[in-house]
Amino acid sequence: MNAPVPGFKARAHDKLNDAKIQRAMKNFNLAAARTRGVADLENLEDIRTAAASIRDHSLARLDLWLERFEQEATRRGTQVHWAETHDDINRIVIEIARRTAVKKIIKSKSMVSEESHLNAALEAEGFQVVETDLGEYIVQLAGETPSHIIAPAIHKNRDDVADLFVKHHGTPRKTDIGELTMEARKFLREHFLSGEMGISGGNFLIAETGSLFLVTNEGNGRMTTTLPRIHVAITGVEKVVPTLEDVSCIMRLLARSATGQSISNYVTLNTGPKRPGDTDGPEEMHVIIVDAGRTKLLGTDMQEALRCIRCGACMNHCPVYQNIGGHAYGWVYPGPIGSVLTPNYIGLENALDLPNAATLCNQCGVVCPVKIPLPELMRKLREKQVDRGLRPWQERLGLTLWAWAAQRPVIYGWLTGITARAGRFFGGADRTIRRLPGNGWTEGRDMPAPAGKTFRELYAKRKQP
Amino acid sequence: MSDQKLRVGLFVTCLVDLMRPRIGFSAIKLLESAGCEVIVPSAQTCCGQPAYNSGDRASAQAVARKVIDEFRDCDYLVSPSGSCAGMIRAHYAELLAEFPQQRAEVERLAARTHELTSFLVDVAGMTTVPGRFDGEVTYHDCCSGLRELGVKTQPRDLLGRVAGLKVSEMGTPEYCCGFGGTFSVKYGEISARIADRKCDDIASTGAAAVVLGDLGCMLNIEGRLKRRGDTKTRVYHVAEVLAGLDED
Repeated sequence: MNAPVPGFKARAHDKLNDAKIQRAMKNFNLAAARTRGVADLENLEDIRTAAASIRDHSLARLDLWLERFEQEATRRGTQVHWAETHDDINRIVIEIARRTAVKKIIKSKSMVSEESHLNAALEAEGFQVVETDLGEYIVQLAGETPSHIIAPAIHKNRDDVADLFVKHHGTPRKTDIGELTMEARKFLREHFLSGEMGISGGNFLIAETGSLFLVTNEGNGRMTTTLPRIHVAITGVEKVVPTLEDVSCIMRLLARSATGQSISNYVTLNTGPKRPGDTDGPEEMHVIIVDAGRTKLLGTDMQEALRCIRCGACMNHCPVYQNIGGHAYGWVYPGPIGSVLTPNYIGLENALDLPNAATLCNQCGVVCPVKIPLPELMRKLREKQVDRGLRPWQERLGLTLWAWAAQRPVIYGWLTGITARAGRFFGGADRTIRRLPGNGWTEGRDMPAPAGKTFRELYAKRKQP
Repeated sequence: MSDQKLRVGLFVTCLVDLMRPRIGFSAIKLLESAGCEVIVPSAQTCCGQPAYNSGDRASAQAVARKVIDEFRDCDYLVSPSGSCAGMIRAHYAELLAEFPQQRAEVERLAARTHELTSFLVDVAGMTTVPGRFDGEVTYHDCCSGLRELGVKTQPRDLLGRVAGLKVSEMGTPEYCCGFGGTFSVKYGEISARIADRKCDDIASTGAAAVVLGDLGCMLNIEGRLKRRGDTKTRVYHVAEVLAGLDED
């Protein structure tokens, strides 16, 4: 199930040279929205600290809170399932779908289901699957995967969507965003009313009440979880939070960090299926709690990554993501959090580029609502690559030689003196080196030439009487 | 300033040593005109950051321990780089966690380590600068200095004291230039593209020069400007502008 993701550089190259994607990425500015969104929080830093500590507290006793959630949810009629692997997720959903004889399945956003390729697995079993989040719907029509965790179709423009709608809806072409949205709404409405199973993600699991906590903007989450007769929620083990009070603290930051909204348009708590006397709600409610590599991080130097509340702020602020977009990363989660989670979930050796493809500018760490030290975690992953001998030998040799010389000032001074002179020579009259063989620097930049003599030499000369 | 001069050890940085010695001499001039006694430990090479950020912890540790030895006798370690100063101040404690016997020494050095402009303003209380510059410049905040050390107002404060100079802010001065150390070599294409956004931002100010506090970012921005065919916009280290560009 875990497809390796080599070819990061080639994908990034393609995206950097795709004019349409570049235009879309230049127009993409949720970072500015976040800045406006947090402006009204006088004690932003205190709330971040509190939110991080709530997440740490949940993770420190994850077993306790998960069992408590299972107890409370079961007491209220929800069926709780445990998925150790991605295959387990698909197996459990297919079993429920078969037993309840559903044919049509509608989905609200679930990134965990992207991890297990659930849609493909369901379709292979003959079920019809329709994504109902507008972005996910567009991506599904295009036969693609989300390129952002909260803005899945951010790589598409209105013309792309117009073409897709003509092809799949058979309607006259339109490019007005409002009209396109209304058309999607009309088609999705039919699906909402005819869906027999609704699959959703889950932003949080509330241990004290056994509730599924769902944050959406389009209202599709609420329809997906209440209209069909079966509701299946899929979420990671790390999403459990002890109390509603805890979530209320985190919620002060989630939408603000994501889209700049003080709160999302819809906040839905699902606590069990329809009870006798209830006028609506599903006949069955299932929650699938997924491990798939998560608990392996507990108690390690990577645990902080599990604090993540999937707001997307790290990618929205990442200079790398902003230029290459989400698909270049090659797996479900792009951006800084993806560069940390992907190697942890699918194997360090299967995502060698990701932790290295970052400037470590720490803009991500500064905006993360739960204070995940993303650059530190990426750096630790780099250390793990070195420890496991996963770096190219040229790089290892280079670093070893460099470190050897850096500890021997005389030899170091001699080597830098030669380099400074050679660089000055090759820089020529305009003191510019245009090509360094085997060096990525000159792929898009010149290298200003060194001045010709090192500081060390000049300073020694100046000190002489 | 007391009559006892502050003994400042200048950490030149490997890039200044190799590429732009003038920045080192500008730093000395500034520190001396702020009333400090400047020592330049002659055996210094690098802070270890290239190895640290490449995951080669053992090499980084060896080089870091050497820095600690070299600057033991100074009241302060000052560096014309937010990145190198940030490495020592914000990362040495973690890097050298395996050497508990050195912990006190590491913490002492970290606490005494400053980026040049923040030292001049916050510690030395510098109020007049020798440089003169006729025209507008724009200032780029280098990531490490800004986010690890809080260097933001100090360089602007000092630039504001340079005769003839006006600072014209770019749209997003805190946005990364795309350098990222070895990232710029390993992922040159992405790095150059990020630099491009920075160059656009610089160009939109119409400033004659972009001024910044780290040589890595400087080479990156200057290299991208040149490749774009911009031969007009100058790129200066803040120390050069503050000390005066006629400095040898």
